[in-house]
Amino acid sequence: MTIDKIKKAIIKNILEIAPEVGEDEIEPNENIQRSLELDSFDFLKILTAMNEEFRVEVPEKDYSQVDTLEKMAEYFLRRA
Amino acid sequence: MRENLIEKNVDEFLLRPNLLDYEGECREFRWEDVGREFEGLPGGGLNIAHEAIDRHANGALSDKTALLWLGQNGERKTYTFGEMKKESAKFANVLKRLHLAKGERVFTLSSRIPQLYASAMGIFKNQNVLCPLFSQFGPEPILQRMLKGDAKLLLTTKKLYEKKVRPILHELLDLRYVLLLDADEDENEKTLSYSRLMSEASENFEILPTDPEDMSILHFTSGTTGTPKGVAHVHKAIYAHYMTGKYALDLHPQDNYWCTADPGWVTGTSYGIITPWLHGVTNIVDEAEFDAARWYKTLQDEKVSVWYTAPTAIRRLMRIDSEPTLEYDLSNLRLIQSVGEPLNPEAVLWGEKKLKLPIHDNWWQTETGAIMIANLISQTIRPGSMGRPLPGIVAGIVHVDDEGVLSEVTEPNKEGDLALKVGWPSMFRGYLHNEEKYEKSFVDGWYLSGDLAYKDEAGYFWFVGRADDIIKTSGHMVGPFEVESALMEHPAVAEAGVIGKPDQIIGQLVKAFVSLKTNYEPSDELRRELIGFARKKLGVAVAPKEIEFQENLPKTRSGKIMRRLLKAREMGLPEGDTSTLEE
Repeated sequence: MTIDKIKKAIIKNILEIAPEVGEDEIEPNENIQRSLELDSFDFLKILTAMNEEFRVEVPEKDYSQVDTLEKMAEYFLRRA
Repeated sequence: MRENLIEKNVDEFLLRPNLLDYEGECREFRWEDVGREFEGLPGGGLNIAHEAIDRHANGALSDKTALLWLGQNGERKTYTFGEMKKESAKFANVLKRLHLAKGERVFTLSSRIPQLYASAMGIFKNQNVLCPLFSQFGPEPILQRMLKGDAKLLLTTKKLYEKKVRPILHELLDLRYVLLLDADEDENEKTLSYSRLMSEASENFEILPTDPEDMSILHFTSGTTGTPKGVAHVHKAIYAHYMTGKYALDLHPQDNYWCTADPGWVTGTSYGIITPWLHGVTNIVDEAEFDAARWYKTLQDEKVSVWYTAPTAIRRLMRIDSEPTLEYDLSNLRLIQSVGEPLNPEAVLWGEKKLKLPIHDNWWQTETGAIMIANLISQTIRPGSMGRPLPGIVAGIVHVDDEGVLSEVTEPNKEGDLALKVGWPSMFRGYLHNEEKYEKSFVDGWYLSGDLAYKDEAGYFWFVGRADDIIKTSGHMVGPFEVESALMEHPAVAEAGVIGKPDQIIGQLVKAFVSLKTNYEPSDELRRELIGFARKKLGVAVAPKEIEFQENLPKTRSGKIMRRLLKAREMGLPEGDTSTLEE
């Protein structure tokens, strides 16, 4: 598993749930929800899709550890 | 049901509640007496900003923290009542300098930043009307509301302006100014720098005599048909804010109070701005969105004592398998109230078990302006019930027959329309530019809420459902018509029907059923395109989360899409009366 593969999957899932987002709008170190204007329901759906793909469940208390593309990728890399 | 009751032992409380004897207080209560809690303007009349800020700033509370603000990047700032008086005076002077006349509407579109709170008070001081927009609206809902509310000035940020307002600016012909909160310089003669104007404004402002019946706030609420309605409130609503702050929120001077609602919705203005300040209480505002660890830490670090939050957040906290009271010091917390949608009994009981405090549900609407029915700190909770009417409020279950004749349902546990006897001070005074619709909301001196409910033998009210198709998602209302109209603007869409689909976390999610024009085929790609299209137009707070293609949508013989049937089918429920269904 490489970090690039995980990042690609995160981006794919963001675009699936928020198709209005342009791929170039996804900044690696920006807060995903805030910068792309996703609500918490969208964010939950992204994490659900990631869980299905990588079998890694992010508990609610860890959400602040996955709030940017970079942080989320690292979180999954450590656990996948 | 009875074994579920949560009884209270007032002797164990940290503070003696303001209301101990519910029946006695209801019997003795008179609205006129609330007026004695206010000072009134020196020149006459009643103005929210004077009662919430200036009278405290002029007295012993001048140096007390009015606003404790937590920024999303970890900043922490405090503002005293004295400082809030000056900042709001400056903004009132800005509005005056820009020749905003009494009654003219000032819209706000911003995240929860301190300037928004001071500006709200400045708007009241200059006798303008505050019209808050939710920052997660897209351009379409913003345009609808600004046109309907005759927006004269918009206060927003550069980013929100670029993304959501510039594309619709050419349609806002009556809009005179846009003030950009984070711009250092004016963009042109119409788009001005807030900070430049504020730096030139005086810290003194004399509030002109304000009639208690003058319009103060205009919120928008969704309907089943047509575009959202502007719900007009007046300065006198503070009578109800003060009363509910005393009884439902049990505010005491030493409280640290945190309301998690955004001022884009009525809870965020009535209880996120006005009510704590009427009581001279420190108001905590967090700019960031929900994050479980952050929220628990805020409750602990800021020694929150009264917390007003929403079922969506509570249900997310419930997903964590932890013992919050062991991980965090929540010993200052003494009251939790919740509003937005009915709180399920499990959530009430979870609070008691995990937070060592039950969660109190309450009920009200944009139209009612303030909490009407509530579970109270000193009273027994019936989990799943919204509680009992507050002192001064008369609520009932009524039935209106086909002839328009109203009768009260007196038999306990019998379902009907939840209604309120007119006369409470925060009752809305009109739907802006829609007198007919306003009149229709009242029958025989009762306001009909549109919610179905029943009253049990102990006088507690229980929510049953909406009488119409309005969707309640994450605690706010979405009108299906608004969503359907946006979808219909896409070239592939022939028809759209929008419903609320039950969801464990957010109550209901917005789901759209779509039939396509000939030459278009359903595909995942088209579904994504439509979702993106709607999200761009409507914003994430309103747009559908799910879209399902159907060849034909069920319609009445007159061609109206039967949302009720779509919903019944979605939920696998009986279809009910289908006699009007088109064959």
